[in-house]
Amino acid sequence: RKSCAVPSSPCSCSWTSSSVLLTFAVDRGNFKTCDQSAFCKRQRALKPGQSPYRALLETLELSDSRLTLQLINDNNKVHLLLELYRLQGNMTRVKINELKPLRPRFEVPDVLIAEPPTEPLSVLSKDDNGVVLSLGAKNQRLIVSARPFRLDIMQGPEVLLSLNSRGLLAFEHLRLHKDTDKEEDGLWEETFKSHTDTKPNGPTSISLDFSLPGVEHVYGIPEHADDLKLKTTDGGDPYRLYNLDVFQYELYNPMALYGSIPVMLAHNTQRTMGIFWLNAAETWVDISSNTAGKTVFGKMLDFVQGSSEKPQTDVRWISESGIIDVFIMLGPKPSDVFSQYASLTGTQSFPPLASLGYHQCRWNYNDQEDVKSVDQGFDQHDIPYDFIWLDIEHADGKRYFTWDPHKFPQPKEMLQGLMDKRRKMVAIVDPHIRVDSGYKIHNEITSKDFYVKNKDGRNYEGWCWPGNSGYPDFTKPEMRAWWSSMFAYDQYEGSMENLFTWNDMNEPSVFNGPEVTMHKDALHGKWEHRDIHNIYGLYVQMATAEGQTQRSGGVERPFVLTRAFFAGSQRYGAVWTGDNAAEWDHLKISIPMCLSLGLVGVSFCGADVGGFFKNPSTELLVRWYQTGAYQPFFRAHAHLDTTRREPWLFGPENTALIREVIRQRYALLPYWYQLLYQAHKTGMPVMRPLWVDYPKDTATFTIDDEFLIGSDLLVHPVTEEGSRGVTAYLPGAGEVWYDVHTFQKHNGAQNLYIPVTLSSIPVFQRGGSIIPRKDRVRRSSACMENDPYTLYVALSPKKFAEGELYIDDGHSLNYDTKKEFIHRSLTFANNALTSSNLCPDCNFLTSSWIEKVLILGASKPSKVLLKMDGKETPVDFEFDTSMSVLTLRKPGMNAGADWTLLLQ
Amino acid sequence: MLHLGTPVEIQRPRGVPLTKKQFYVENKPFTCLDGSRTISFDRVNDDYCDCKDGSDEPGTAACPNGSFHCTNAGYRPMFIPSSRINDGICDCCDTTDEYNSGAKCENTCKELGRKEREVLQKMAEITKEGFLLKQHLIEEAKKGQQEKQSKVTDMQGNKKQLDEKVEVLRTVKETAEQPEKEAKERHLKAWEEQKAAIRLEKDKAKMAEAFLELDDNADGFVSVSELQSHAELDADADGTLTETEAQGLMGGAEQVDTSTFESVWPNIKDKYHSEVMETPPDEVKEPVVDNDSEPYPEDDISEEEDEEDEDDYHEDDDKVSCGCVQAPPTIKTPEKNHEDEEAMPSYDADTQALIDAAQKARDDFEEAEKALREMDDQIRNIEKELSFDFGPDAEFTYLYSQCYELTTGEYIYRLCPFNRVSQKPKYGGSETNLGTWGSWSGPENNKYLLMKYDHGTGCWQGPNRSTTVKLTCGKETVVTSTSEPSRCEYLIEFTTPAVCQEPANTDLSPHDHEEL
Repeated sequence: RKSCAVPSSPCSCSWTSSSVLLTFAVDRGNFKTCDQSAFCKRQRALKPGQSPYRALLETLELSDSRLTLQLINDNNKVHLLLELYRLQGNMTRVKINELKPLRPRFEVPDVLIAEPPTEPLSVLSKDDNGVVLSLGAKNQRLIVSARPFRLDIMQGPEVLLSLNSRGLLAFEHLRLHKDTDKEEDGLWEETFKSHTDTKPNGPTSISLDFSLPGVEHVYGIPEHADDLKLKTTDGGDPYRLYNLDVFQYELYNPMALYGSIPVMLAHNTQRTMGIFWLNAAETWVDISSNTAGKTVFGKMLDFVQGSSEKPQTDVRWISESGIIDVFIMLGPKPSDVFSQYASLTGTQSFPPLASLGYHQCRWNYNDQEDVKSVDQGFDQHDIPYDFIWLDIEHADGKRYFTWDPHKFPQPKEMLQGLMDKRRKMVAIVDPHIRVDSGYKIHNEITSKDFYVKNKDGRNYEGWCWPGNSGYPDFTKPEMRAWWSSMFAYDQYEGSMENLFTWNDMNEPSVFNGPEVTMHKDALHGKWEHRDIHNIYGLYVQMATAEGQTQRSGGVERPFVLTRAFFAGSQRYGAVWTGDNAAEWDHLKISIPMCLSLGLVGVSFCGADVGGFFKNPSTELLVRWYQTGAYQPFFRAHAHLDTTRREPWLFGPENTALIREVIRQRYALLPYWYQLLYQAHKTGMPVMRPLWVDYPKDTATFTIDDEFLIGSDLLVHPVTEEGSRGVTAYLPGAGEVWYDVHTFQKHNGAQNLYIPVTLSSIPVFQRGGSIIPRKDRVRRSSACMENDPYTLYVALSPKKFAEGELYIDDGHSLNYDTKKEFIHRSLTFANNALTSSNLCPDCNFLTSSWIEKVLILGASKPSKVLLKMDGKETPVDFEFDTSMSVLTLRKPGMNAGADWTLLLQ
Repeated sequence: MLHLGTPVEIQRPRGVPLTKKQFYVENKPFTCLDGSRTISFDRVNDDYCDCKDGSDEPGTAACPNGSFHCTNAGYRPMFIPSSRINDGICDCCDTTDEYNSGAKCENTCKELGRKEREVLQKMAEITKEGFLLKQHLIEEAKKGQQEKQSKVTDMQGNKKQLDEKVEVLRTVKETAEQPEKEAKERHLKAWEEQKAAIRLEKDKAKMAEAFLELDDNADGFVSVSELQSHAELDADADGTLTETEAQGLMGGAEQVDTSTFESVWPNIKDKYHSEVMETPPDEVKEPVVDNDSEPYPEDDISEEEDEEDEDDYHEDDDKVSCGCVQAPPTIKTPEKNHEDEEAMPSYDADTQALIDAAQKARDDFEEAEKALREMDDQIRNIEKELSFDFGPDAEFTYLYSQCYELTTGEYIYRLCPFNRVSQKPKYGGSETNLGTWGSWSGPENNKYLLMKYDHGTGCWQGPNRSTTVKLTCGKETVVTSTSEPSRCEYLIEFTTPAVCQEPANTDLSPHDHEEL
């Protein structure tokens, strides 16, 4: 929803800042630069090429799958312990910790879904200078160099990736204050604005560099409001990962935002790799490249002249505390990296089908009457929607889990009203808890001693929406279990099975805290907030989603939206890009922001349609609906101070445009659902950059104004004001793409200029694909459950196409626990379209059937036969010669059946 | 009504209204209603959309743009989008839209019909009574309007007379003022001359006095050395009056007698200080700071700005306008002690008579002019009132200069039609302007259903507050509800007989007989 910007005063609200009247922008002064963050400044001051670290080869120990080796810092004689693992699925894990730390250092729990299975390592050779290890498959070796310490991962003669090749490994060992050599600023205390961070543990930061030879494109490390392709950070700040509630964020810079996923992908035409830096403390990432400054011409010259220098990207990670625990995912294909990362941290949760529909949100729908009239508005204007949302004002004095007794006196009546329309609701539950002895939740947390503590051991308190608030310690499993139990129907009064949850402000946002978040010296048990900061939000969503599952006895799927996130958050629900603004640039940035999240596991991503702050022009609103309808999480939202903007408030023409695009979304729900299922099963992103499917086509590497949904739909939203046309790149030499509105066929590997009007949404279906749709759009997705499918078969130049069809009940976990689903493969080859079962031992019955088949790029048959149950029956058809579209009329088979349609 | 309890078998394809039955003839080819194509009848309602206009599937959900007709016997017939057929939600009260979804719908048409009739009846009663009231309002308004119109006409007649009177009196006044002015000038001139003579006398006396004072040795001569004792006469301001300087003042003479002193006196009189009169006459008194003359202008700090500053966290915004800035002190310059304090002698009788006559003419003129201004104001007020659009029959006239209040949980809302809307916290606090009268803003066919009040108090980072007043027919004139659907955009529901329409007919039966 919203952010608060006043860090110091116990003000009622931060969003009132007079400077905002003049310029719409973040107040950068509220957030640290690297220079203002003592450890970042220290670390960044280190120069490459002077590594003091040396591997003590004589300490090498190799068990079956674990290699350990001590490193020594020759400057201070502190010993580190290096652990190396070869992980199943072409990954290498490198851990570095102090050999004998003064106290244990924090290792991030609950992110990996399990201890990753290992594979044997073996020593190929060893001498005084180093060790060569076999990484098993494909001629891969790991070379450990002793002086200075360095790791190189090689395949054949080629170096894939090197660690500490620039000598920027730096591990600040734990020490006693009295043993500190020199009293340097920021080692034992640091002050930012009016906030002093007492640092009882002193300096604890860590850093490591990675070199990526042959790589010019790196992606990921969300969340930043920046381009898809990461930029070099020379001369500016590094990309920062520190979950922060940034009021009115600015675009195109490396500042931290609400969430952090410390995963970077590196890509070139030969290979895709990934680096997963498992650390939850404040982290900065520097990127440099030896080709960054070069023009295209310069690069070409290098190429012609037989380049003297191979392109290379260097990356350096810096974190404030914890240990070095890094997973190197070696691909080689993009899909391999996705499955490698998924094998570590899990996949996107499979959401209820309804949550892929349209969501109507606003801060705030004022009362039950308001909810009712908005609900009716959708029916009056014949616009489908599935969820209506309630923001913070619904609760009684911002006491979450309660309802304002005047505005929402009968929540169950309201929910029942929605249920009668087969619709649902989301109510917000934020993690800041009003300190109020009359509030059950507060009292229980207090009595169970579940609050985060300040450095003195008293309950930590900060200002947020309710005023003085406590922050439950979500890092405690007992606390999370208790929180989950609060979602039980008998605990959460007024809740029903169609009420779901939104976790906002879970960075956590503390209005009067340093950088609007929690003090780093606050305590979570024995760990400082410093150690766990970036994972706090993940835990909130985890406990909430678990609560929703539990309330149904483990039968129903949860739906929880979060603003803060970390690696692994994909397992718990959806993410949105926070408090954006009604500006064209914010519409544009929604694409790279969600693409970046998708690359690192979070597929269920969206941006506030219309823009949260300010009022959108009608054109911007329409364009935003057209873009949002083709992004995974599709929710309109608006700030309290904006004028109402339900879809029918902008005149009949615009209502019609918005209705049309929401309908397009609903017609495509079977495809979206199937892609979420695929993401859940394999880790493949739903919304993808083009290079994921066209990894050898360099033209795709920097495209972030268009994207793929799955492999089969290409979308180029119109994101320019007053646009008369867009140029879309259609990838794939020798492939074809069909305009989904006109069925016009276009060749791949070309830039296509598409004239547009306000009603245009350039979307193309890949030749070679089959997309199932439900073209009978109704009030909500639940109403469409039993409706028939239309298959859109888009033929490749070789007259081939394939696709899938996934069907289940749309809301329960029975697909998982009882294999209650239908998963079918649809193949068009040799003039026959065949549906075959991908899961023979699954059982699910559907009343949906196939009402129509459109074959794009077909030739006219003389006869069409349906082969099913050993019988052949003729099928009526029509052929449109101008567009080569063959329409098979009402073949009528059940969507779960085996059948073949023969064109003769 | 006879058929209740048994399903009515209607011999037409499902979802087709009676008016279109003729196009759906069993076993004959069906032509889409848009004429786009003709299909065999077995494709009508076969759950596949063949016609672009959706007309072949009136009873199924197959066409995206189709519509379904429910008869709703006992209530009123309606069309629903065909996407609502068999969607599990009961839309038609006769349940006909859910024939294959498993939804358990009950026929509620009878009940709905009864309720609707009740509501309509009640509404009709209200409308009837309201409409009668409205007639009274119209009559009164017409009467009032005529009265005001004639009053204005009368007043305009009176005003004309008054205009003339003012002109006459102006001439009288000007005629009387001319001799007054001349007499006064004469008097003043005489007085000036007299004053000059007095001043000369005084100077002479002062000179004599000075001579005596300077002539220290009383030899009847003022010498250079005697003059030198008066350092204030120093011409080059070096603090001493040298012999040469003194001699210079004395016109080169060593000493002067009383008569020669007359030529020296003009050289020294401006600077000369009497030794006796110690207090110099023109010494500036202690400056007086007058705090009352320029009160600290509290109103200059707008409330708006205040509110913002409270929440403002920007350090660079420390443009504190605190109360410590004082208005610059005003120094009251003391009146110069003029030598001639004597007042001007009073006018002689003739002049005074002229003045009195002129004053009377002035008073008479001003009185007449004031009366004219007042009359102008009155006329303008009435004209302003008459200029308002009080509806086609002036039925809203009675709302003018009235106010209506509604107290909610937190606020008291006040609607003064054609003037302004405001909101005041129930438990103290200042009033907020929610908008001043803008215009009628209802739909084109009846703009008198909505009033728009705008340009109210500004909202932080938002628009100025505005209010829409929705008028509905009622016997009483009362604010029934208030809300704020969008931030700073208020909605007031207001009942008044003035919008009651003439009851259309007495038949309250809502259903279409044709359909039975």
